[in-house]
Amino acid sequence: MQNDIAANSVKAQSKTGLNTNLKRLYSQRYLQAMALPGIVWMIIFCYIPLVWIVIAFKEYDIVKPIWSVPWVGFTHFTDFFKDEQFLTVIRNTFGISLLRLAAGFPAPIIFALLLNEIRLVRFKKLVQTVSYLPHFLSWVILGGIVTPWLSDTGFITNALFNLHIIPEQALLLGEPKYFWQIAVISDIWKELGWSAIIYIAAIAGISPALYEAATVDGAGRFRKIWYITLPCIKGTIAILFVLAVGSIMNTNFDQILVLRNSLNRSSSTVLDIFVYHMGIQSGRFSYATAIGLIRSVVSLSLLLLANSVTKKLTDSSLF
Amino acid sequence: MRKSSKSRLRSIELFDIINMLFAISVCFLTLYPMWFTVVNAFNDGTDALRGGIYWWPRVFTINNFKAVFGTNNIIDSFFVSVARTGLGTVTHVFLTAMVSYALSKRDLMGRKAYLVIGTITLFFGGGLIPTFLLIKTLGLYDNFLVYIIPTMFSFYELLIFQAFFREIPVSLEESARMDGANDFIIFLKVIIPLSKPVLATIALFVGVSHWNDYFMGVVYILNAKLLPIQTYLYKIIALSGFDEIRMTAPDFVGGKQVTSQSMKYSTMILTTLPIIAVYPFLQKYFVKGMLIGSIKG
Repeated sequence: MQNDIAANSVKAQSKTGLNTNLKRLYSQRYLQAMALPGIVWMIIFCYIPLVWIVIAFKEYDIVKPIWSVPWVGFTHFTDFFKDEQFLTVIRNTFGISLLRLAAGFPAPIIFALLLNEIRLVRFKKLVQTVSYLPHFLSWVILGGIVTPWLSDTGFITNALFNLHIIPEQALLLGEPKYFWQIAVISDIWKELGWSAIIYIAAIAGISPALYEAATVDGAGRFRKIWYITLPCIKGTIAILFVLAVGSIMNTNFDQILVLRNSLNRSSSTVLDIFVYHMGIQSGRFSYATAIGLIRSVVSLSLLLLANSVTKKLTDSSLF
Repeated sequence: MRKSSKSRLRSIELFDIINMLFAISVCFLTLYPMWFTVVNAFNDGTDALRGGIYWWPRVFTINNFKAVFGTNNIIDSFFVSVARTGLGTVTHVFLTAMVSYALSKRDLMGRKAYLVIGTITLFFGGGLIPTFLLIKTLGLYDNFLVYIIPTMFSFYELLIFQAFFREIPVSLEESARMDGANDFIIFLKVIIPLSKPVLATIALFVGVSHWNDYFMGVVYILNAKLLPIQTYLYKIIALSGFDEIRMTAPDFVGGKQVTSQSMKYSTMILTTLPIIAVYPFLQKYFVKGMLIGSIKG
């Protein structure tokens, strides 16, 4: 009986398949109307810029329609390698990023491990809460705080001078040789607590039984960190490492733009800044798009490379 | 034997002390710069030029704040920031939630295609220049709407919303449908009230990023009246940074004697206040949000 009804309805559907589809579409007309704005938004704001990347291979002129300008092949790409600023830009981008990877990547892990050793729960919570704060402030505000401190009369400058770390009391942000360090240290200062959250969560997920067993075996605090905590959060570290390597080409644009000035230009011009100058400020849209495209391709390759290496070494990876 | 266990105990204690000191110094390094800014914002500008103000204002005054409120440019910028944060957050959360609700219906025709279209946007983007050219073509350049429309939707947040919408019992929607409500009315009257926690979380995310953004003002806006406060500050901090710090001549702004530096500090304080005000909530929801993000990602 039920089978008959089902068979009939299937027959009916195949006969008037189009009709029922239309009916179904009509019955969900409100839902479709609700989904549509999102789809239209994505097509306009995500897909049209993707198509617009073709100007990297053209000689784009803002007053002419995009299809009427001539194709120039890879000219803009080869121009970038010949650019007199090419070496500077590459050196600064990798310099800042590798320094950031070397110092800024382990810092939150160490912070999380140390925080985990604090037994006073309230104090630990307080430290955590305070340490997130700079993450929510903009680089403009932090730049406004840091800039006067790094001036020739600022107290960071004075302190470093008195400790004989720097030879003279100068505008630290005006000296190209200090810019990379300032960028990396101020970034750690802003993001230390925030980046540690994910490690703290990972550490909190480790079974206490492991530590109890280790205590019975006579392991001290440092042995527990080395043989239990670190191996247990290895997967998290691996995934974040892959992401960090993938963003080597994205030096923190918001930060660099605030901290750079005409005096430190030679060590603060990174890829993002170069693209911004060439494109928005000088109007060389095709050239800037080509450099942006090179950046994206290199980023993606680094991400894939880091992913496969970490996968081999630690068995955990992003994808 | 006994001696060794005793010495281990002692070394643990020493480590604890060092660790606590380290934690305290992290807190100090985080809070002191803000405190320094507060102290200087409340100190007389000309007096501050003598230096040496670290812990407490030497010549207390609220003139810096009065001068800030007397400067039309700054007031305009605050207004732009408030408007873009309010409007930007409401439209973003509403649109993203609405689309998310529609896409959470498994029988929605074309759902698979919609999801593919969205997922691609998570991984590929056109970059700065193509986006800039699009903004120009759309006539959003130097237009207040550039803060609102290009940031109105996010597929990533759509996925977060969807995870929550799925948890809502279907029976609630069904009973509303019996009463003759259509899908949009159900979304407005049933879904939104039931999803307040997730809506609030995402609204906080979006609100903070709107409030803190200075880059859009730098790239897309020429008209000084349309600059948000962060871009205004960026211009006075980064572009004329060194001269401003060294500027010794006090100014009279709105009849108050201030220096550009002391006014800068008070503007920074006013700009940070809204973030501090929502910080307890941020703290609570962001940590959750970040963990959701890490699980999804």
